[in-house]
Amino acid sequence: MTIDLNGLAAYLSFFLTTALLNAIVCLGLNVQWGQTGLFNVGVAGFVAVGAYVSALLTTPPSDAHWGGLAAPIALGWIAGAVASGALSAFIGLLTLRLRADYLAITTFGVATVVELFALNAQRVTGGAFGVAFIPRPFETFAERPALFGACNLALIAAVVAAVYVALERLARSPWGRVLRAIREDERAARALGKDPMRFRVQAFALGGAIMGLAGAIHAHFIGFIAPDNYQPALTFQVWAMLIVGGSGNNRGAIFGALLIWALWSASGLAVSAFFPPEDQARAAALRIVAIGALLAATIVLRPRGVFGERTTVSRHIEGADGLGA
Amino acid sequence: MSLQFLVDGILAGALIGLGAIGVTLTYSILRFANFAHGEFLTFGAYATLLIAGALGAIVPDAGQALGPFSVGWAVIAASLFAMALTAGLALALDRCLFLALRFRGAAISTVIASFGASMALRALIEFAFTSRPAYFTRELQIAIPLGFGLRATPDQIALLALTALLMIGVHLMLTRTNIGRAMRAVSENPALARVTGVDVERIIRMTWALGGALACAAGVMLGLIVQIRPFMGFDLLLPLFAAAILGGVGSVPGAVVGALVVGLGEAATVEFAGSQWRAAVAFAVLILILLVRPTGLFARPT
Repeated sequence: MTIDLNGLAAYLSFFLTTALLNAIVCLGLNVQWGQTGLFNVGVAGFVAVGAYVSALLTTPPSDAHWGGLAAPIALGWIAGAVASGALSAFIGLLTLRLRADYLAITTFGVATVVELFALNAQRVTGGAFGVAFIPRPFETFAERPALFGACNLALIAAVVAAVYVALERLARSPWGRVLRAIREDERAARALGKDPMRFRVQAFALGGAIMGLAGAIHAHFIGFIAPDNYQPALTFQVWAMLIVGGSGNNRGAIFGALLIWALWSASGLAVSAFFPPEDQARAAALRIVAIGALLAATIVLRPRGVFGERTTVSRHIEGADGLGA
Repeated sequence: MSLQFLVDGILAGALIGLGAIGVTLTYSILRFANFAHGEFLTFGAYATLLIAGALGAIVPDAGQALGPFSVGWAVIAASLFAMALTAGLALALDRCLFLALRFRGAAISTVIASFGASMALRALIEFAFTSRPAYFTRELQIAIPLGFGLRATPDQIALLALTALLMIGVHLMLTRTNIGRAMRAVSENPALARVTGVDVERIIRMTWALGGALACAAGVMLGLIVQIRPFMGFDLLLPLFAAAILGGVGSVPGAVVGALVVGLGEAATVEFAGSQWRAAVAFAVLILILLVRPTGLFARPT
């Protein structure tokens, strides 16, 4: 038996790229939940907004959907992130002054309505047919799949690294410390003159913008998007990634994304290997059950996840005796 | 203009109300939004379908349609069994998952856990029954004229009457019995209720059992009016939350009124804008109430 090395490399590169795209979404969720304690059940909706905004701006003119302005890809990325961040800020302003789980319920509604809009506002979004011909970065290499895959992987890895570094710096900044202070003891933070509402809305908007960015990058990587991509299962996977990896920890978020995506892909291979074709659609449901059981078990048995949150202090005193531990 | 959509709206409102009572009670007594409540509906409908099928196989004419209705006594008996089973499911979920989190005092982790449980339960149901829709009966019913040009089938009229009875029963239980008073006491102040000798864990179990049984009734109703499918409860979750918040969390009459508003709103939207926008109504109601009066219509004074 010969092993198709090229095929294996292509698969690995595709796998890693997709896992890293999930890692970006997971980093966004970590800003909202891990750092600030804000519960977003509509992750898929915010990712979808980023993807659609970017896709509609950058595709060539088309009768199938609105937009088609043929804008550059980078502009699409930025617009996707800004749109999703603005939506998050609006939802945050609306619900963050209320009970904590009103945000959960409202974001759940956002995801439902975004999916509904993507599916039914056919003249704007292309409806169930989705948006095709989204320009892809390194399109000129499309004839050479290995090079094309490697370039995209490198680009997305660079984005993950950039988001990671930026978020780590933010977590150590005064802004990050206020967020954690509000999460741990809102009254104490308020007594120090910090307005919890303002910081929460900022954190929620930043997290939403990162999710939108991830959606936009994904749309350009695949070249085609449809409402099906943004179902509640996506939200659920990203949550599993963050909780299992360790919420509050950016490295945990990236590790969790790689781990859960590896388990998800492996379970997909297992389903196609062990179940006859007519039962595969049914058996695929078991993959969700497995992730759900893993999520529930982590919350009950190891609430800090694999990595857990590290004590984060100002970069000026980190490493000083008794503080950096 | 035909006013027939009013009948559909009241029916939808009745069934949303049955589910929303459970949501509003668990929300006010356990203090978290239970995202797995939709799956209680789905579970109840499928359990009824299975038991009714078994009864029909054992007893020859159990599946025979009764009088003007479309289903036989098998479905009615089965739905009672299924209500007990769904109550059991809610209790089991509390035991395995929520109990541990309750003692840790992490309310918002409980919401995540319930979201995970919802996904896992739905996927299990999909695995067991596939995603093909199922039906209690394939019989067609002729709608009876009610006057003013409105029509309803005998099933719909019976379901409305049963729902009204259930709702009045729950209301009487909460206002007239000791257990109901204890439930309201826990929802207002658990620490104080405990001090006065209320067994809080027992009240929590009662709440789950009641919420589960009512969710099962709503699931059977939805199965009779529309169809049974794995996503039926999940798709109803947003209307349930919208109704509970619109009515004021913790208020049972509020949840019923909220449900009627959402149900009528959905029916009007289907009539005037098209059925594809039905799911957006609950969200619009939710956003409006959060903007205008976030404590809900019938909020308790605090």
